[in-house]
Amino acid sequence: MTLPSPDGTAGVAPDAAALVGVALPKRAHLVRRLLKDPTAVVSIVLLIVIAAASFAAPLLTSADPAAPSLANTLGPPAPGHPLGFDGVGRDIFARLLYGGQVSLIGALIAVLVAVAIGVPSGLLAGYAKGAFDAVASWTANLTMAIPAIVILLVVMTALGASTSTAMIVFGVLMSPGVFRLVRASVVAVREELYVDAARVSGLSDARIMRRHILPVVAAPTIIQAAQMFGIAIMIQAGLQFLGIGSSAESSWGSMLSDAFSNIYVAPQLLVWPGLALTITVSAFALLGNALRDSLGATAIKPSRAARRKARAAKSAARVTPSAKTPAIVLSDDAASDDDDAAADAATPEADVLLVVENLRVAYPTSGGESVVVDGISLTVRKGEVVGLVGESGSGKTQTAFSILGLLPPEAQVTAHTISFDGRQIAGLGRNAMNELRGRRIGYVPQEPMSNLDPSFRIGFQLVEPMRQHLGLSKAQAKAKALGLLARVGINDPERTFAAYPHEISGGMAQRVLIAGAVSCDPELLIADEPTTALDVTVQAEVLDLMRSLQAEREMGMILVTHNFGVVADICDRVAVMQTGKIVETAPARELFANPQHPYTRMLLDSTLEDSVPRRALAAVGAAATGSTAADTTLATDPTTPTGESA
Amino acid sequence: MLSFLLRRIGSGLALIVVIASLMFVLMNMTGQNVARNIAGQTASEEQVAAKSAELGLDQPVVTRYLDWIGSAIQGDLGSSWFTGQPVTDTIGAKLPVTLSILLVGLLVGTIFSVIIGVAAAVKGGWVDRAVQLLAIIGFALPSFLIALVLAAIFAVKLQIFPAVGYVELAESFSGWAKSITLPAIALAIGAIAATAQQVRGSMIDVLKMDYVRTLRSRGLSARSLLFRHALRNAAPPALTVLSLQFIGLVGGAVVVEKVFGLYGIGTLVFSSSSSGDQPLVLGVVVVMVLIIVLVNLLMDVAYGWLNPKVRV
Repeated sequence: MTLPSPDGTAGVAPDAAALVGVALPKRAHLVRRLLKDPTAVVSIVLLIVIAAASFAAPLLTSADPAAPSLANTLGPPAPGHPLGFDGVGRDIFARLLYGGQVSLIGALIAVLVAVAIGVPSGLLAGYAKGAFDAVASWTANLTMAIPAIVILLVVMTALGASTSTAMIVFGVLMSPGVFRLVRASVVAVREELYVDAARVSGLSDARIMRRHILPVVAAPTIIQAAQMFGIAIMIQAGLQFLGIGSSAESSWGSMLSDAFSNIYVAPQLLVWPGLALTITVSAFALLGNALRDSLGATAIKPSRAARRKARAAKSAARVTPSAKTPAIVLSDDAASDDDDAAADAATPEADVLLVVENLRVAYPTSGGESVVVDGISLTVRKGEVVGLVGESGSGKTQTAFSILGLLPPEAQVTAHTISFDGRQIAGLGRNAMNELRGRRIGYVPQEPMSNLDPSFRIGFQLVEPMRQHLGLSKAQAKAKALGLLARVGINDPERTFAAYPHEISGGMAQRVLIAGAVSCDPELLIADEPTTALDVTVQAEVLDLMRSLQAEREMGMILVTHNFGVVADICDRVAVMQTGKIVETAPARELFANPQHPYTRMLLDSTLEDSVPRRALAAVGAAATGSTAADTTLATDPTTPTGESA
Repeated sequence: MLSFLLRRIGSGLALIVVIASLMFVLMNMTGQNVARNIAGQTASEEQVAAKSAELGLDQPVVTRYLDWIGSAIQGDLGSSWFTGQPVTDTIGAKLPVTLSILLVGLLVGTIFSVIIGVAAAVKGGWVDRAVQLLAIIGFALPSFLIALVLAAIFAVKLQIFPAVGYVELAESFSGWAKSITLPAIALAIGAIAATAQQVRGSMIDVLKMDYVRTLRSRGLSARSLLFRHALRNAAPPALTVLSLQFIGLVGGAVVVEKVFGLYGIGTLVFSSSSSGDQPLVLGVVVVMVLIIVLVNLLMDVAYGWLNPKVRV
């Protein structure tokens, strides 16, 4: 069975998993935080008003909620009877107020019973585990697998039909929900080190329970209690609507039942009890949400200003080209302008594939914005391999993603130019971009296992883009995919084609991703740390593969890496990035032989220190210190292992 | 996949047996003198005793339980104490009504949860806020209240749909569709509120995944990206919520059937439990749990189809 619901009504099941681990802050602190949340304030005020009105009913009206009067049947409002009369001439206002008492007291009973059973049993099951846990968990699952109202109907005939009995029984039926939540919270904290430490230091179980476990249980239980209040009020109204409960008692459910019997003559009778029920239950639900937000601190709502900022950022999310310096964020309309501007941006040099000029990427933060790429420029020629090198956080990956148009919507991207094969691609719409991505620009990600869709077979993931871009038939695409898999060095292409991503190794997955990147014969390949996440032994093979594919297809390539071994191995030219800026660009040999910028020198040195000395890397070190003798070793040794991992 | 399914079927059957037994115990705690109720208040002690013997109530509870469960396993749920009709016949006659509103409610619920949840996740902004609001309202409106409001507006005031009664599918499709539209919507709204929230949440999570970015880098169309790749990965948790919601749907049917004057098994569980007709109550409960188990099994199959990792 799938996990059954804690309440059995059609309500939102309080999500135990989401509540686990919410800790209870200091009381005063909590109140202050709650009062800052408008939702919490509104719901608390509503609930106070409803409760006050219900319990002050005798002061607010002198009418008897249970006294029928034939003369007043369905009568309009009259002095002392502000809401008029119901189907048997009872005062609606009085029934509404007294009905509120019944609802709130009933719900309180149900919640108290649920907590009284659920908390101790959950504590015990979570803390002691063993047989009690097994039996209790099993029982909890069982009672949750059947609609509560059905059990209630059966039990009510056995025990008699008063609302408070029904709510006691419903409390029992809700207790599994509390039990599971408490148990999960205890199990989560039980594994924590500080509980072990407390146990080792000889604290008694009772003491550990009070000091370390109860605080963790309290917050989720309070949140769930608020939600259970609402659920109990709803199910109670449902039972009363069906006619269960004392007929002498006023209740919102029985008012709805009366409205139902008069639905043809006086449908407006639905309004007041319906509103009372909905507002009360919503208030409890909102209070539950607000409590979760202020206790959990996970789902803090952004302030209005922050939301506005995020919205503004979203509209600027696409890469927006600016015709003149300095870079200006253009509006959406201007950005998708026309092809004339794009033609202007074309570089005269025929063999230039990609030109990036003055690219800037920033993210909005609470205090303004954080610039991750700060005005970089980059050129890639046809068939040229350009290394983009730098430490993590230097903006390499952000640069790669902005060329592909893959940055998240909140990123603010501007550039004078991003042109591909002479055409301005900055600010292209999604459809136009999709004609380039995958088709003419390929992308190889860093972490192979997380970059294949886990729900689809590998074959499908290879075939789908080829069919879309190249218009191949299913059979043609499959044949080509199998060929590609063989080409990237997979021994049994048929089997890999039919496999799911979780059935293959990381090295295989990276080969699959490379096959996918080159499947539509792109002219430019952007590879983001393609070997970093792989085993050392596999790294060299994958790099070899990329180099041979690049050479055979004469692809331009941007290789993002922090690894100078990789650079030495494969790159023609290198751009070194530091904190969002390119600090040095040079042909690979020149860079190794004669690094100009201190940061480049520092990177080269640290490459040497971090890794096991190897021939080629030793050569890099030598080059970095000024000896040019090692150049030949560097450039000609194809077996250079690319040692260090991330 | 097969052993996965067999395990699920096994635990489902165990659930039915245990719940039926539990209900048997509950109903026999009552000490209510059913024989007297049936024979009538004016009946003599002898007549009551004779009725008791006829129904087997003079037997020890354990014997009666074993008898009942023994024949129940063979598909015989006994006969009603009041009408003497076989329970399976009575339920069989009323099942189509309830199944119609439950399954259509589930279908409508699924479709709208997906549409609303995806829209909220992808569009964000005011669409998202509207969906959040809908979730709170959908949570706070019990299905019978929705049913009452729908009936008042669409059946009584506008008279687009019939207020009461059920038209059999075999009789007229449009009649059938009209007779179950309002009840199915009333049932579905709560489920939509909860499930759309989950669809929204897991879509937002999935759209942040690395593989979505990589798929985007392959130039896939937005439609394939959202509805083929992202939705399929986002579906399993939503399916779990939906199968929980289905239990609520069955409970909601009890009250919603009353509002729309539909004589299904929801009405039956209410009427038979208030009269104390034990075989009928037990039979209806067994059938309800069976429906829940079957629908959950269906969802498990869907879950396995969506998520290749659980198939092993």
